[in-house]
Order: sequence, then C-alpha cells, then structure tokens
Amino acid sequence: MKYIGNKLLTMLITVLIVTMLVFLAFRVIPGDPVSNMLGTSATPEKIERLREQMGLNRPLPVRYIEWLRDFFFGDMGKSYTYGSSVRSMLASKIPITIVLTVMSFVMVVAISIPLGIYTAKHEDKWYSKAIDAVNQITMSIPSFFLGMMLTYVFGLVLRWFRPGGFVNYKDDLLGFLGYLVFPAVAIALPKAAMTIKLLKSSVLKEGKLDYVRTAYSRGNSTDGVLYKHVLRNALIPVITFLGVTLADMVAGSIIIEQVFSIPGLGRLLITSISTRDYPVAQAIVAIIACIVIVINFIVDILYKLTDPRIV
Amino acid sequence: MRKRLVFILSVFLTLTIALGGCSGRKTGDSSKIVVGIPQDLEDSLDPHKATAAGTREVLFNVFEGLLKPDENGNLIPAVAKEYEVTDDGLTYKFMLRDGVKFHNGNPVTAEDVKYSIEKSAGMTGEESLIAAFSNIKEVNVVSDAEVDVVLNETDVDFPAYIASVNASVIPKDNATPDTTPIGTGPYKYISRSPQENIIMESFDDYWGNKASIKNLEFKIENGDSMLMDLKGGTIDLTMHISATQIKQIGDDFDVHEGSMNLVQALYLNNKIKPFDDARVRQAMCYAIDKQAILDLAFEGHGSPIGSSMFPSFGKYYMPELENKYPHDEAKAKELLKEAGYADGFSMTITVPSNYTPHVDTAQVLVEQLKTVGINASINQVEWNTWLSDVYTGRNYESTVIGVDASSLTADALLGRFYSSADNNFINYSNEEYDRLYEESRKTLDDNRRTELIKQMETLLSEDAANVYIQDMAEFVPINKKFEGYTFYPLYVQDISRIKYKD
Repeated sequence: MKYIGNKLLTMLITVLIVTMLVFLAFRVIPGDPVSNMLGTSATPEKIERLREQMGLNRPLPVRYIEWLRDFFFGDMGKSYTYGSSVRSMLASKIPITIVLTVMSFVMVVAISIPLGIYTAKHEDKWYSKAIDAVNQITMSIPSFFLGMMLTYVFGLVLRWFRPGGFVNYKDDLLGFLGYLVFPAVAIALPKAAMTIKLLKSSVLKEGKLDYVRTAYSRGNSTDGVLYKHVLRNALIPVITFLGVTLADMVAGSIIIEQVFSIPGLGRLLITSISTRDYPVAQAIVAIIACIVIVINFIVDILYKLTDPRIV
Repeated sequence: MRKRLVFILSVFLTLTIALGGCSGRKTGDSSKIVVGIPQDLEDSLDPHKATAAGTREVLFNVFEGLLKPDENGNLIPAVAKEYEVTDDGLTYKFMLRDGVKFHNGNPVTAEDVKYSIEKSAGMTGEESLIAAFSNIKEVNVVSDAEVDVVLNETDVDFPAYIASVNASVIPKDNATPDTTPIGTGPYKYISRSPQENIIMESFDDYWGNKASIKNLEFKIENGDSMLMDLKGGTIDLTMHISATQIKQIGDDFDVHEGSMNLVQALYLNNKIKPFDDARVRQAMCYAIDKQAILDLAFEGHGSPIGSSMFPSFGKYYMPELENKYPHDEAKAKELLKEAGYADGFSMTITVPSNYTPHVDTAQVLVEQLKTVGINASINQVEWNTWLSDVYTGRNYESTVIGVDASSLTADALLGRFYSSADNNFINYSNEEYDRLYEESRKTLDDNRRTELIKQMETLLSEDAANVYIQDMAEFVPINKKFEGYTFYPLYVQDISRIKYKD
C-alpha cells in the first residue's frame, strides 16, 4: 500500500513538472494564439484587445494554477482554434492513438517472444543466424522511414491499402482497424527486432548459470529447463524493456500518425503547438505524461509478480 | 494459461492482417468528391472571423454575401438580386432576392442582412476583418425586401467588399456561428473532425445553380502525405500544387495550370539600413534574374511581375513594368557604390518554413545577390513566428512571401503601402504615393481612378519598394472522373461547378 502511495505521489509530481515545463515553453517560443487567430489582419491594437478578452494578459502563475485546478476536476477548457471543448476533442482522438499503440505492442510481443526463444534455442543453426541478420537491419531502420517504405510498397505498388484512406472507428470499425495494421507494423518491427535480440541474449546468459546445470543434472529435458527455469529469469530484463518500449511507442505513434495521415492525438498535438492552441497542447502533453507514468507503474508491479525477490 | 494467451494474441494478429485486405472499398454509391487541403480551418468557421486565405477558400462554398465574385472577376448578385447607388455615392440600396434560404431552412430576412453587415463591420463589438467597413454609417431595413447601407464617405470599392466571404450573410438567430456555420451557399456544412476532415452536402434549396456532386469532403493533409494520397486515390482534387510536385503525379489526373494570384517578392523593411536607400533597393532589383528563379525553383512556370499587381487584375495590370529592371550586375554594383556600399553588405532573409516555394526562392536569391557582393543568409521560421515577428512586429530585414488580394479591389494590394496603413509591414513611406492613394480613394470616375492606380504601381516599381519577382503558377490535379474545375481571380474554390464526366 505504501508502495502504491509512493508511486502515486511521484506521478503527481511528474505531471506537475511536465505541465509547468509546457507552460514555460509556450512562454519562450514567439507568437501566440491571438496572432494565429488574427493572421494577416492583425494590428498591435487588435492583438492587445483580443489578448485582454482571452485573459492572456494575466500573470503566468495565475493562469497555470487555474489550469491545473480545472484539469484535476476534468475541465480542460476550450480550444482556441476549434471553439469546442478540449475534452470532447480528445475523447474522439485518444481511442485512435491507443488502438494504434496497443496494436503495435501486441505485434511486438507476438513476434518477439516466440522468435527470441527460438533463435536462442537454435543458436548455432544457419536460419537462426539469418534471423539475427534481418534483425540487425530492421533494428536500424527508423519507424517513420519504414512507414514511408510500407506506404510505397503496399499502398502504391501492391495497393493492399489506400494511403490516407483512414476511416474513423465511428463510421467503420473494421476498416479503421484494417487501416491501422500497416502503421502498427511500422512502429512494431524495429521494436520487435530489439526485443528478440535482448531476449535471445538474456536466455543464453541465463543458460550458462549454475542453476541450469543443476536442473539438467536432475534429469530435466531441454524444453523443461528452458520454460520452467531459464525463461522466468530471462524475462525480467525483457519486461523492463517492453515497458520502456510501450511508453516510447505512445510517442512514436505521433510521428507515424503524420506519415500515414492518421488524425490521432499526435497530429492534434503538432498542429495545436503550431497554432499556439495552449489548452489543447497542454492537455495532450499532460495526458501522454500520465499514460507513460501509468505504464511504468504497471511494469513495476509485473516485476514483482515475475520475481518475488524484488522489493 | 500461457498457451491460451498466445492463442488469443495470434488470432488477433491474423485477424488484423486479414482485415487489412478489406480496406479501400467504397461506401455507398452516391456521388462524392474528396478535396485535399493543406491545413485545417484553424481560425474560425464564422465567415466574419475567417482570416486565413485557406479558410476563406473553403467557406466560399458555404457562404455568400449580397453579391459574389464570378470567375472573370465581375461582381454578380447573390443574396441581393440587384442594387443601386444614390447619386452622391453614399447610399447603397440592396434589393433582396426572393426565396433565398439558409441551410437550416429559414428564409433570409432583411433583419438577417442588417445583422450580418453590422457584425462583419464590427458594429456589434467584434473585430472587423474589413477595414473599409469602418466607413459604414448605418444599415437600414427599408422593407422586407430592401436594405440600405449608408456610408460616411464615398467608396467605389464598397460592392467588392460586400462580395467578400468576410461579409457573408448569416442568420441572426444563430448563437454559435463559430462552431455551427449556417449560410446560403451551394453546400451546407454537416460536420468536422479536427485535423481529419470537414464534411459538406449539397444544399437542395439553393437559389442558383445547384451543386452537381452531393457529398463533399475536405480532407486535411499534412504536406508530405498529400502526393501519396493523391496517387493512392484517396483524394480527387487538390489545389496549390507546385511545378516540382506536379511532375511526381501520374497520368490518373487532369492537371490544370493557373496562377496563385499573389505578388511574390523579396519584401524589404524600408525603414532600416541599408534598405532605406532607394539606390540599394534598385541595385537589388538589377542583381536578381527573375527568369532564372523561375527556371531553377519553379520548372520555368510562373509570370514575372514588376509591381504590386498581378495579371488577373486585367485593367490595372501593367505588363510594361515586368522588365523595368533587367538583370544587370554591372548596373547593380554601380548603384551600390553610389549608395556607399561598394563592398556590399550582409542581410537576413526571414522565410516561413512551411512555404517551400518561398524557401526555394530565397535560396536562389542568396546566390544571385552574392554576385554583386550582397551576403544574404536565410532564417527559416515557423508561420506563427513569421506572423508575430515579421508581419505585425515588423522586426526583420527582408522576407520572401506572396501577398494576395482579399477582395477584388486594387486597394487590397496597393492600400498597404500607404505610409500609415496598419498592414504596411514593409514600412514604405512616400509622400507622393500617399497623395496618389488619397486621391484615388476619393475619385469616382473610373478612368481617372485607373490612371491613378497605375501611377501608384509605377511609383512602387521606380522606387523599388520591394524586389518584385512573380505571380506563382499553381497546378490543380483533378481525378479524371471529374470536370468543371474553375479558376477564380481570387483565392476561392468553387466546388459546386465540378461534375462527373459523361
């Protein structure tokens, strides 16, 4: 209980720091929502009047504390550019990004765990070496580039999907999931390659330890040792890595959303920054920070479950 | 337990991959066109608050004013069926057309018209986007079918302002024009999803020629994906494609070439050294080679210009100014020497990084200016930074940008060079110009007025207010299924005229 309490406290402090940084960052970069709204019809007087109307002239700490208070009560304010409530806007975008992240995470797990074990088991065989080589290449391709390649090959040449043919989950759930497959692959492949490599080396390392020799000497079969003893220990670093990866994938989906023109959280974040739509940008950053923290929290708990010795 | 998990995972994986093959099918058989636009409508859906040209060109399909522009640059009646001006030029009497309906089904009343004009003129407390509307004294409802607008001073351009999207007629009883746009245009607004799309449908009760295609989607594309999505068949039409990009598009499209209707120039901050010296500015004009810019950065497309006016303006345009400063390095060096810059100088060109054509132009300019000893460097900034630093802050040395005309008036292009104009971002100041401008505003005789406007253009050219470059070519790829794309001399898109080929 104390453990969870501590974690929650860290979480609160992190969100505080992150949102404060966002507030400051917007203060530092030039331009503000008013100049975006008025565009080329702006005059210094008009800007001043609108800033006053929108309450942008009030001191920064006051605005920050007010925003924080509202945020914790679930009120994220109104978007400057869209005039609608940030909450409803995010509500329609968050599922897109979450589904994309979860889908690619499932792919990572489904590809890397079996392949990692397999390559470790058949370490000396040529096909295992071939997988290693492919792995090495996949690992070094950035996902946005992979995304562009996938769009070109499967979208334009083979026509398995229509680039930009995103359909909203509200209109057509299957079409929506179908469109996300290739973006998810683009995010998943490099991460899967890394996980395979890690799992393989982790299994091999564990395999050389004393307890494994003891297990063999007691007459266990190879598979028995592998799945009952080695894997349990070998998975610990992999779980840590997957945790970090999942958090990383939330951020990675922002870039992939641009490549595949998916109107998710990432795209909204980028445009809200360029139009200085503070309420939207702040809310998204805060939410992403919360998601990352929650993931780390879950990883910590999984740790304890896999290895009870960890306190 | 673990086995079952693996099973579920693999089922999910195969399922998702199998479903991947199902995408790309058509939904419904009704007519539909998808138009790719490079940015979302980020200012407002209220036409009276639409500042960005990209917003106005979309809203043009939803809203109309009492008058509206046609493709030849004439003003044609829209919500009004005709208008008269009193002899003193101060009162405009608009007779309303019978049976014009808003998209919500209500008829347009004289009260709605009065409300719209007053709102767009800033008389109800909001900011007005049409500076010339500060000249409106009062708007009177004379009868159910007539609205009179009384001006303080005569203004021959008044009908052109009335025809702009920013002066559209909207219903008085709509409490939320920002989020629920209701107009009288050929398309009615249905819904939007931020950063995804804007959905419209043809309006069955439109008073004029109804749109041919029922469903219209404006799809928001970020720069890089536009071409991919065109080639992939997701979008049927897009505008403002450059010559370099058009080469990458295959044969599935009909490509129309038009002009962007803007004045692209190296705009100079006339207030700071060394650009406060006309000889320096002239030297820069001689130093650059417009044709080389077109060849290097625009595949040879575009029309060179010599003043703040583009060819679509017809009677005001002066082709003879195009070659006022032929490429002449010797002359440029001589002028620089006269001005005391024999060894050249260093300068910064600030360019908005999201406008590739302007960035490309700046790169060619740097090389060309180098030949006469001017050492220019490029500073790429974000659009919002450009707006606040360059445009409103006027804190810059030079910038490459295209200036468009927000209404069909010479004033939209030339008014900004009046020394005390709000939007005079180049800090141009010339007493002779101010005098000509003031006179032109008061002149009712069209010939005399045209003459004054031409004198202003000539003055800008002779004084080398800016290093004028070109009116950029624009390409419009449209899916071969469709026809009827029409260019306007203004920054608007008229989707209602597009139809399926027979």
